[in-house]
Amino acid sequence: MEPVLQIKHLSIDFTRYERGTKRRRLTVIRDLSLEIYPGQVVAVAGASGSGKSLLAHSILDILPHNSHVEGEILYDGTLLTPERIERLRGSEIVLVPQGVSYLDPLMKVGTQLRKGKKDPGTKERYRIALNRYGLGEETEELYPFELSGGMARRVMIASASAESPRLIIADEPTPGLDAGTAGRILGHFRELADEGAGILFITHDLELASEVADRVVVFYAGETIEEARAEDFADVACLRHPYTKALWYAMPKHGFKPVQGSQPYPGQLRSGCHFAGQCETCREECLERETIPLRPYDGGRVRCLYPKEEGQV
Amino acid sequence: MRHRLEFTGKKLFRMGVLLLGVSLVTFLLMCASPLDPLQTNVGQTALGSMSPEQVEKLEAYWGVGIPPAQRYIGWLWDVCHGDFGTSLLYRQPVLEVVGERLANSAGLMFFAWVISGVLGLALGVAAGAFRGRWQDRLIRGYCLVITSTPAFWLAILLLLIFSVWLGWLPIGLAVPAGTDASSVTLADRLAHAVLPALTLGITGVANIALHTREKMVDVMESDYVLFARARGESARSAVLRHGLRNVILPGITLQGASVSEIIGGSVLVEQVFSYPGLGQAAVTAGLGSDMPLLLGITVITAAIVFAGNLAADLVYGAVDPRIRKGAAGR
Amino acid sequence: MKNGNRRRNAAVFLICAAVILLAVTASGILLEEAAVETDFAEKNLPPSNRALFGTDWMGRDMFARTLAGLSLSIRIGVLTAVVSGIAALLLGIAAATLGRKVDAVISWCIDLVMGIPHILLVMLVSIACGRGFAGVVAGVALSHWPSLARVIRGEVIQLRQAPYILTADKLGVSRLKIVRRHMLPHIMPQFLIGMVLLFPHAILHEAGVTFLGFGLSSEQPAIGVILSESMGYLTTGKWWLALFPGAALVLVVLLFSVAGEYIRRLADPASAHE
Repeated sequence: MEPVLQIKHLSIDFTRYERGTKRRRLTVIRDLSLEIYPGQVVAVAGASGSGKSLLAHSILDILPHNSHVEGEILYDGTLLTPERIERLRGSEIVLVPQGVSYLDPLMKVGTQLRKGKKDPGTKERYRIALNRYGLGEETEELYPFELSGGMARRVMIASASAESPRLIIADEPTPGLDAGTAGRILGHFRELADEGAGILFITHDLELASEVADRVVVFYAGETIEEARAEDFADVACLRHPYTKALWYAMPKHGFKPVQGSQPYPGQLRSGCHFAGQCETCREECLERETIPLRPYDGGRVRCLYPKEEGQV
Repeated sequence: MRHRLEFTGKKLFRMGVLLLGVSLVTFLLMCASPLDPLQTNVGQTALGSMSPEQVEKLEAYWGVGIPPAQRYIGWLWDVCHGDFGTSLLYRQPVLEVVGERLANSAGLMFFAWVISGVLGLALGVAAGAFRGRWQDRLIRGYCLVITSTPAFWLAILLLLIFSVWLGWLPIGLAVPAGTDASSVTLADRLAHAVLPALTLGITGVANIALHTREKMVDVMESDYVLFARARGESARSAVLRHGLRNVILPGITLQGASVSEIIGGSVLVEQVFSYPGLGQAAVTAGLGSDMPLLLGITVITAAIVFAGNLAADLVYGAVDPRIRKGAAGR
Repeated sequence: MKNGNRRRNAAVFLICAAVILLAVTASGILLEEAAVETDFAEKNLPPSNRALFGTDWMGRDMFARTLAGLSLSIRIGVLTAVVSGIAALLLGIAAATLGRKVDAVISWCIDLVMGIPHILLVMLVSIACGRGFAGVVAGVALSHWPSLARVIRGEVIQLRQAPYILTADKLGVSRLKIVRRHMLPHIMPQFLIGMVLLFPHAILHEAGVTFLGFGLSSEQPAIGVILSESMGYLTTGKWWLALFPGAALVLVVLLFSVAGEYIRRLADPASAHE
């Protein structure tokens, strides 16, 4: 089967000013690669501020104007050009954003969903979609500020499912929800995947990612540092990168041990392994190499010269 | 609904107190003036040649020598009975002078207000939508130049071009000089009002457009416009469906606040075109120390400004679903 | 990348603007004598190489008068904007920090001043001061503080909720010290930008009120006076009396406006991405 979405060596950078008139280029995502097959949920997990949302925006070609993208994005095996994405976004490729701030505060939910179309067919389609997530007709008459957090998420999932999409990009669809509601929302995504859509699930919550996804891509300082199967998270020994392992130990059910130190900001990166500052098994070589390549390893991928080496955690 | 009424009532009360403050401040400022109304209006030499009784009579007419507190309370008492006093220069009741002048100015100001509102909104939305491109630069450039131009100089410039050089339009006054009021045609009136109205409109547009642009830029960077684009809405739809809708609310407030600026502009512009409107009357009253008239004009102008703001608040509340529904739920 | 370094351009522009404005101010002071010097042999001359901006009906050189007028305008504009700005700063902070009663009174005053159209208020204050220089300065200064005061009040109220201010308060740091050490540095950029953006308004209102006859006396070569006098000569085709002084004033005000805009852009952290 062919992947519905294939990203090859994607890099995103921004031009910005800092302190006075100095201008510099800031790389937020570097050398990111991933594939999503139909029916698969692929999670991209990384700490806040690691540029995950930009990944979603770059696929949809809605990045801010001062950004610059390199690498290839393939949809259905062919290059996703700006012209092509303009036709596909909102129909075959859809976004489920973070929260209620993504709905126009002055427009009723129904009007907003229909994107200006008024024919009975469209109306029916969105009504069914809302219904599917337990939202009645009266929801269409509400303004966004009248929706609860969970309702807003369901409205946005409905907006996605109504299009019968082949690729769904979900950008942090659960924060701020209680465990039960979040669980239901995740269930909805699983359902959509089982119906054949590929899902890119962007989250800061690795535990959640490992529960809902088939594959998990771990993000660190703008780079993919590991790609793992969901089942690898059952046992820390199956994980490849020291950062993923540290995150594993930080999960409440595995001892709640906080990760020491903090991620470097995009502007402060040096050559060599970016995790070096926090890595307990860091060696000379990790700092001397110009870049650490992402390489296939044990059924997944890892960006580490000495993977699977147990640190003294 | 009850909430809205309560809100309106509170605002009206506050407005009343503010108007009282305006009248008191105006009165005190005029009282503090070292300018002697007799000297400015009658003249030093004429005063010197008058008998003491005549001077005393004049002083009584101009209100010299009455304790300020007594004068103010007297004025306030009369106002409560619907009498704003008599203009000393025009020798007519203040309300009559103001009514007549306001009728002349109202058309001008209303035209300028509507034009600046509609055009300002359109230009601001366009500039915000085309942010950073040549359309934006052009509109912003225009606004910057116009906000840096004194309204009265713009008026002089238009006068030079259209009346002196091209000779298309008359030089001044609301009607042709020397014609009977009855023989004045609508065309005459319009011809005399075109330039002042144009000047006011041109200046008013700039401010509204600049503020609208700022708002529009914010809206276009908002999450919901991003989502609309992600859902396949075109740039056009994002601007017209979401941009315009969200810019209109702050636009209402702007439009209410612009009343004050248009009245201020009319004072200068009417002077240039010697258009017999409220602004010109204010200048005449100020130069001639005509206390009752200036007091009346200031209070009535302030009332119009406050009314504009209040109207904007009320319309805002009726349009914004968050306020409308929030009130209904209470 | 096609726009080049915008921030550097802004900085270069600001330096140029400052140099031009200083030069205009200085030359205006030097030309004050020449601006009132009459020469009846050279009256009513249209612009030429001899008199760049022409001469008026008394043979006064319009170039000298324009520069002198601009210089006067700039000096009054700076003076009033600074006075107004400081008043706004003090009142804004006072409203936000000295309790509800003070806030109510100051907010009421802001509403009151904003209720009277600027030009009318400047007129009234000028009359109260007996017109002339003092009248204009007092009038413009007293009518321009409210909008900036409102901005500063809002800013300080927001700051007051900031955790580090709340902590300082709990730790018993005195109010005055909190304002001086923790709040002032924070609102300084906002304040400076607001003050620079007051210049254009102040200059325009000074010119306006002088034009109406409430400001500087007619002996002074103020732009308002020059334009007001020119009104009587327009119909006889002496366009240069109005065109050049007005255009020069527009340029000066424009320099201030654009400079303010650029300073805002440099100081605003959100503009880092533009």
